[in-house]
Amino acid sequence: MDAFSEELMRSVEDDDQVEASIGCGPEIHLPWLSQHLQNTVSHGHKGINFAQTTSICLNFIQEALLKHQWQRASEFLQHYFQALEDFNSQKRQVALQNIWKLGSAILYHHPKSNVETFNAFADRMKNIGVQNYLKISLQHALYLLHKGMVEEAYRNLNQAESWRYGEMSASQEKIIKLIQAYRGLLDYYTWSKKRTELSKFDMDGFATSAATQDMHSYFRQASVNLHEIIKIPGVWDPFVKSYVEMLEFYGDQDGARQVLTDYAYDNNFPSNPNAHIYLYKFLKKEKAPEDKLISVLKILHQIVPSHKIMLEFHMLLRKSKKEEHQKLGLEVLFAVLDFSGCTENITAWKYLAKYLKQIMMEKHLNWVQEGWSSRKDWWPTFHFSYYLAKKNWKENKILALEKAFTSGILLGKGKLSWGHLSGAPSSPDTYTSYLLKISVHSIPLLPPQRTR
Amino acid sequence: MEFEEARDFSERCTQCTAVSWGITDEGTYYCTSCLNVTERCKEVESIVDFTPNTKIQAISRGLKKKRKLEKGWEWYVCEGFQYVLYQQAEALLSLGVCPKLKDEVLHNFWKRYLQKSKQAYCRKPIYSNDNKSAASDSHLSLSGLDSEPELLSIRSCPSSEGEAESQSDVNSGLILPNIKTTQCETTSVCSGSVDGVEYSRQKEKGILKMTLPMTLAFCYMSLLWQRETITLSDLLRFVEDGHIPYINTYQNFPEEMKLYGQDIKFFSVESWPVYEDIYEKMIELGKFLDLPRFPDITENCFLHPNMLCMKYLMEANLPDEMHSLTCQVTRITGMGEVDFLTFDPITQKTKTVKYDVQAVAIIVVVLKLLFLLNDNVEWSLSSLAQENNENNHEGKPYFDFRKWYQIMKKIIDEKQQKQEEFRAKYLWKSAKPLYYSSVDRSVVYKRRRMVANLQKQFSILVDSAPNPEKKKPSSFQLNWAEDQNTTCFHGHSLQKILQKKGKSLTTLNSQYWLSTQKFCKSYCKHVTTYEESNFSVSYQFVLNFFSFLLRIKTSLLHEEVSLIEKRLFYKKYENKSKASKSKKARRF
Repeated sequence: MDAFSEELMRSVEDDDQVEASIGCGPEIHLPWLSQHLQNTVSHGHKGINFAQTTSICLNFIQEALLKHQWQRASEFLQHYFQALEDFNSQKRQVALQNIWKLGSAILYHHPKSNVETFNAFADRMKNIGVQNYLKISLQHALYLLHKGMVEEAYRNLNQAESWRYGEMSASQEKIIKLIQAYRGLLDYYTWSKKRTELSKFDMDGFATSAATQDMHSYFRQASVNLHEIIKIPGVWDPFVKSYVEMLEFYGDQDGARQVLTDYAYDNNFPSNPNAHIYLYKFLKKEKAPEDKLISVLKILHQIVPSHKIMLEFHMLLRKSKKEEHQKLGLEVLFAVLDFSGCTENITAWKYLAKYLKQIMMEKHLNWVQEGWSSRKDWWPTFHFSYYLAKKNWKENKILALEKAFTSGILLGKGKLSWGHLSGAPSSPDTYTSYLLKISVHSIPLLPPQRTR
Repeated sequence: MEFEEARDFSERCTQCTAVSWGITDEGTYYCTSCLNVTERCKEVESIVDFTPNTKIQAISRGLKKKRKLEKGWEWYVCEGFQYVLYQQAEALLSLGVCPKLKDEVLHNFWKRYLQKSKQAYCRKPIYSNDNKSAASDSHLSLSGLDSEPELLSIRSCPSSEGEAESQSDVNSGLILPNIKTTQCETTSVCSGSVDGVEYSRQKEKGILKMTLPMTLAFCYMSLLWQRETITLSDLLRFVEDGHIPYINTYQNFPEEMKLYGQDIKFFSVESWPVYEDIYEKMIELGKFLDLPRFPDITENCFLHPNMLCMKYLMEANLPDEMHSLTCQVTRITGMGEVDFLTFDPITQKTKTVKYDVQAVAIIVVVLKLLFLLNDNVEWSLSSLAQENNENNHEGKPYFDFRKWYQIMKKIIDEKQQKQEEFRAKYLWKSAKPLYYSSVDRSVVYKRRRMVANLQKQFSILVDSAPNPEKKKPSSFQLNWAEDQNTTCFHGHSLQKILQKKGKSLTTLNSQYWLSTQKFCKSYCKHVTTYEESNFSVSYQFVLNFFSFLLRIKTSLLHEEVSLIEKRLFYKKYENKSKASKSKKARRF
């Protein structure tokens, strides 16, 4: 011990001899103590570690992406890659997904990036870990499609489809279906190209039949995959449309109708307005009975009351003989105009004005009352304000006149007025009165005739 | 004598399988039972000249023998740490520290550690089981390891491959007994080192185990012993900035030192050292090593508050005139006294000083004395100074706290942002990836390659601007005197704010508030706690600024400020009014 200490002590330099002279001077006068503060808990933090680095880094990347700073984002991403080397396999998985998402976003936008870099990146990412191969393949294909590289994308999908690794998990099976469906869609695309080619050029019989056969083989390939995917509950609009188009082309009307009906009416599927529109359009083309058309659109009316096809629906209902339908016709118009996107729809206003007049004539006042009672509180300000009157008159006089007519009926004092009966505000109808005032001034006065 | 010397050659004789060797006149071994002479030579030199050296070779002896082709050398965990310490010491030397630090101080500490933890230099090393104790004993007694430790040189660590190679023949006589070798063959499945598994299991009471943070405690202790001009916060900053090896030190190990399995636990670290942690480890280590009182910290030492305060005042861009005040506070509180400042691990009640934190806390106290920092007084004083400076262009300008705040705030925000980015970009993984078992090896290497490839690919997309050059290590992070663009407040005066009245200095501000009224009396380690929202914005800023400078937690600085205030006002309180004790330290 002693030798040890001596040994250590030897290393100490004897520099303590000099007396220090700093710190002398007049003594400080300590001030009063006044305020007191109670203290609570503090939040300590540990030293920066690997996990913190990766999470800070991730934040920086996201921030850079948000601000469209692609260079900065890729700079940080370069440092985020180390998250793939985490000892924790779960964190590695998360990192992998993050990197794929962020990296593909960066490569999509980065000015220095091109298809080759993206391909290299995607191929690399596909081969890290088994679980992401299919997902990344599909997204890769979509990227290629976006760049207009259909053939490349098709090859990619094919490759992904034939990829096998051990037993497939449920999620992988779903993705495989999707991959097949997209491949089917691409087959349809080729089919449709061939069809236009075939119709454009005059070919001799032999060539035509060969081309037709070629086209048909695409149809078969596509239909198998498309048929598969639309059986799974989901929104498959482009798939359904192309499938139906092909069926129609080959004259399978029943098949097409069945597909569309299933797509629209299967309760397992999520509610999808397009499904009903497709069915309606198909039936209309088929010249199906009006009752059938009305029943299809009735559902659409419930889902999307503001859809522009509703005006068509209104015409159908108006023509219908059933009183029930006629009553619904009014409700449909009201519902369309409830939406702010449709407030300046001239046709809707025209229809309403006309239909209101017709209904009044037919003495179905109670229909109007029914529809109006829920709207009387807010329509006047929503549609018939002074401001709107001024605006509409300035921008579109026909619209203004149609509206004025309607407001006259619903609120006003005209001879068709029923407003007083229905308990509508008895204040003067601002919309109409403004228009009246304006029109008086704006009608060019005839030059006074000279009297002799 | 000859017989004694031949003991370390413990292979069995090829003729009669006895282990009983003598040395011929030519220096080769001969078997004393069958007189078979080997080709092996005893290196005579090593006995005569290198007696000290052999001992340290005993620690690193594993380095010399290759096990099987891929398995690399036999090596012990403590050797790994020794290698880390060696690298760190070299780095410290290159920072300009006195060479004695490595060869004398740190080396002695380490030697003592090995002895105290019974890993070497003792009669019965911790790993020797009964069946091999005889062999170890004979070996040890030969080298005289059980006797008083002598001064050794740290040359034990081969710094280059070539050196290691040349020594391997020389030292082949010093390999471990066979029994040990067979044993380590079985344990090596789970670790690259011989005793990795054993080491991780070992839980003997009273023995301080080596860890990577511990190596920094060793470094800091040596610096403290040498009274070098590097504080703990400086040391940790150098570690963070990569001037001192700490993270991934293992990648510089000789290639033959394979590292995997249990070894990862000891040599891989994925977080930066924390001030308090290293500080506590240093105290623990000092006690464990049973060290004598450290060299005195006198007023001439860098670690004395008067010196450190000067340094931090400069760095914080505060007027030099404040130094006389910090000296006053140091004197009144008695914190400048040698006994207070000097580290003495053996004393019953070990009190130690966080020199850098203390110095900075003194500055904070002085700022509070001058400006109160209650979000009111400091601003009105600033307005006074500003007014004066506008009207008076001659002489020293008055120190304007507001202006100082504005400049410092901007600088600190920028620095903080930069630091955050630096942290986000820090690459933790080395080119030499670690794996838990040899089965994982290929996977881990594949992953490593993948990451490298991805990084390479994205490097094309990054602006080709060259990376900013590595910062040169400096004790100063901020430099004001040279920077022409910002105001340097060093020469500004405290006139008006600080007035001489008779024999004493009076601050214009006549009030003070204590940062902490209640101190924790329970057994929890912290003195007090810090909740930002309870304090004035300017106090928060000052604390944040200084804790950023030292890279410590704000609460740590707050504690230190409170402790200084306790000393500062308690003394006065004691002297004047013992009667009003119940009123607490309210008035003086």
